[in-house]
Amino acid sequence: MSGEALFFLEVVISGLMAGVMYALVALGFVLIFKASGVLNFAQGVLALFAALALYDFIAPGGWVDDLFGFTFPIWAGIILTVGVMIIVAWLIERLVLQHLVQQEPIILFMSTIGLAYILEGVGDMLFGSDVKPLDIGIPQGASDWLLDNYGLYVEKLEVFAALTAAILVIVLAVFFQKTRIGRALRAVADDHQAALSVGVSLRTIWVIVWSVAGMVALVAGIMWGSKSGIQFSLSLIALKALPVLILGGFTSVPGAIIGGLIIGVGEKVAEVYLGPYVGGAIENWFAYVLALVFLFFRPQGLFGERIIERV
Amino acid sequence: MFYREAGQFKDSYESDQAIFPVAQDRWFVFGVVIAAFALVPFFIGDYWTNAVLLPLLAYSLAALGLNILTGYCGQVSLGTGGFLAVGAYTTFKLVTAFPELNFILVVLFSGATTAAVGVVFGLPSLRIKGFYLAVATLAAQFFLVWMFNKVEWFFNYSPTGQITMPPVELFGVLITGPRAPSAAKYLFCLGVVAVAAYAAKNIVRSRIGRAWMAIRDMDIAAELIGIRPLMTKLSAFAVSSFYIGMAGSLYFGVWLGSAEPIEAFGIEQSFLVLFMIIVGGLGSILGSFLGAAFMVLLPIVLKNFMVDGLSMAVVTAKHVEIMSLGMLIVFFLIVEPHGLARLWQIAKEKLRLWPFPH
Amino acid sequence: MSERRNGEVLLSVDKISLAFGGVRALEGVSFDVLEGEIRAIIGPNGAGKSSMLNVINGFYHPQEGSITFKGKTRKQMRPHFVASSGVARTFQNIALFKGMSTLDNIMTGRNTKMKRGILWQALHYGPARNEEIENRGHVEKVIDFLEIQSIRKTPVGRLPYGMQKRVELGRALAAEPELLLLDEPMAGMNVEEKEDMCRFVLDVNEEFGTTIALIEHDMGVVMDISDRVVVLDYGKKIADGTPDEVRANQDVVDAYLGVAHD
Repeated sequence: MSGEALFFLEVVISGLMAGVMYALVALGFVLIFKASGVLNFAQGVLALFAALALYDFIAPGGWVDDLFGFTFPIWAGIILTVGVMIIVAWLIERLVLQHLVQQEPIILFMSTIGLAYILEGVGDMLFGSDVKPLDIGIPQGASDWLLDNYGLYVEKLEVFAALTAAILVIVLAVFFQKTRIGRALRAVADDHQAALSVGVSLRTIWVIVWSVAGMVALVAGIMWGSKSGIQFSLSLIALKALPVLILGGFTSVPGAIIGGLIIGVGEKVAEVYLGPYVGGAIENWFAYVLALVFLFFRPQGLFGERIIERV
Repeated sequence: MFYREAGQFKDSYESDQAIFPVAQDRWFVFGVVIAAFALVPFFIGDYWTNAVLLPLLAYSLAALGLNILTGYCGQVSLGTGGFLAVGAYTTFKLVTAFPELNFILVVLFSGATTAAVGVVFGLPSLRIKGFYLAVATLAAQFFLVWMFNKVEWFFNYSPTGQITMPPVELFGVLITGPRAPSAAKYLFCLGVVAVAAYAAKNIVRSRIGRAWMAIRDMDIAAELIGIRPLMTKLSAFAVSSFYIGMAGSLYFGVWLGSAEPIEAFGIEQSFLVLFMIIVGGLGSILGSFLGAAFMVLLPIVLKNFMVDGLSMAVVTAKHVEIMSLGMLIVFFLIVEPHGLARLWQIAKEKLRLWPFPH
Repeated sequence: MSERRNGEVLLSVDKISLAFGGVRALEGVSFDVLEGEIRAIIGPNGAGKSSMLNVINGFYHPQEGSITFKGKTRKQMRPHFVASSGVARTFQNIALFKGMSTLDNIMTGRNTKMKRGILWQALHYGPARNEEIENRGHVEKVIDFLEIQSIRKTPVGRLPYGMQKRVELGRALAAEPELLLLDEPMAGMNVEEKEDMCRFVLDVNEEFGTTIALIEHDMGVVMDISDRVVVLDYGKKIADGTPDEVRANQDVVDAYLGVAHD
């Protein structure tokens, strides 16, 4: 391969990997949106929060270390963090969503912006706001095999993240298709009223779905934290997930994945090949503008259903 | 008892359609405006002007603008920061290129430029609604701030990338820059805001305002009774952006004096103004002011209380502030989605009956 | 009850076909509405009645066929254009603007009649104020006509169902339409409310000479107040004529009693 093509390939691959991260966050959005019609703006902060909690369970210098003088092993830390996320989900349902059931979607959306602020404030207060390196033993550095055989520079971490995301999607698919709770979730997504009338408890469903979204957020938080440390910018990827959703459609899991990859590759390629001519840093807005252009041609997203308006 | 409409009969549609049909409201607003113009300037110092009054006025104007779009027309925007920037940079370019231009014209031009930009980013609103539109406005936010950060022409090739407001006189009195007297800055902003608020109140109670609310409440029905959705939504984007652009002009020109795009016009500003109208009251002119006052005063009060009162570390206090902000938003959305303005109305209804509860 | 009128043809619908994806809602439906008459469109659920109104209204664009209103033929048109050329309507599920008062809701019906630009409105002075006051006068006439003076300033969200229906009629009337489309004006009402509504419909027709096309499920009401009835079933027209003719039509009886379709 020529140097130029190789470089292009590297750009595309690094874009794909960034896309995996966006997709992970977008996945959490889609889960919650499908089950409750809420566009959860706090998803990114949820990822930040999860990563911070994990850090404090396992890392030297974290909270647990400070207070009790020991740290949990990584697997225990992850289990504990999952527990924390379930508690957070329960609190959110209890304190916020329950009171807003009858409200319009846009009010719910704004309430999740409020939630994002609360989580950020609480997270910073409990865990501090400095950048923390998260190391849970994910292989780091470039893949030697690819570098030696093909001259291609690819981070091991990124391959790992992609594999994890794939496994996560499969697990979720099985969960939705095969388990009783999963089927109840899909029933609620299709029709709230009907689901209620056959005895599905909406409140339980909401807690479950927010917990699942919390776990997806944890995975996203681990990957992002391992890559660039746990910091506030993590919650900004939540914003990047919004254009991903527009591309993929708000209710489609495959849409979230493919949308994420398109945005990831698109903005990397644009940054590398277009950026230098306009002053760089177009990564900041490229995704949004891409989504905006896309909206003109296919407002329902790649995989969303066409909406027929009625009176 | 004190707030009683009984006995105030209207004998023409004209008087029934007056801006404040109830006499007490009329006198109250009149009194507040008189006090704001004639009394306040004698009592204010630099601290009050810069920490409270100028931000309050600039943010009130921005909240007024966003409320027109979101509260009256139902289109959520997260691009307020970007539109503030358009107003601010227009002001900067105008006063540096034409130092002789009357500053009132500068403010109006800044509004007009922002209105044009707002209409462009409002175009997608015909096809998309709700969250989708919110995302589209994020495109405006990030793109505009990036542009002002990267395109050097906008900041006159200054090496720091900052823009700094030169001193400008209006009718022989300095109103911008560090040497301008506080009272002059305050009075200028107050004048702009008062006129803008009066105009906004008039617009929302006439044809265009009703069309906005119709689109907000039920867009399909509105279309079928003859309201043109695109024109109506674009007019809301235009008027809203016009206001936010003027706010940007005051925000940068009179209050801050110098600005750096990412910090002064970032996404946090968009959220802040959105919070103002949620707390103050969606679809309420008064609410825009109440919300802006609340959001400007809250950090000051919290900071005084926590840092000076409880001697908390400044960083921790900042975190508590962020958290309280979030809690307040959630609280208001749950308890009173119509915000402080609605509470004010309830208080008035109570006053009407006071001291007899029934 | 009232004698056949012999007005000109105000609206004629010609071979309209409408489909959503693969679902055919209307198939080659034609009928006309004469000036000054009350024309009912009836049929079982899902017969395509509301779709028909939406086509006339310009909200749905039919794949085939054309519509002639006041001598002008069209295939497609924007709803606001239809509205300003003199068609007003009410909706099956109340479509009032919840956040606004009764008065403001009815004022929106005057939207197409008001022309003053935004700068005048911002000043609320001169032409804009005169226009506002003049239109307020029209709206007050409608309010008097519908006997809803007492709820003038009440937010419509707080009104009982029957009143909301009345306000919605008021909003349509405020536009001074030549053709008034009513989509189930009496659905969900009790007997008294129905009687009131019937009276208003007949009064509108007689006093203002407004042509009315209405969808209604209450057969008694339809047969009483309409001059002519068109019957739809599965998107096709199966009968058209005076109430008596329609009542005697075997296809109509079959459709309502649910004889199996072939």
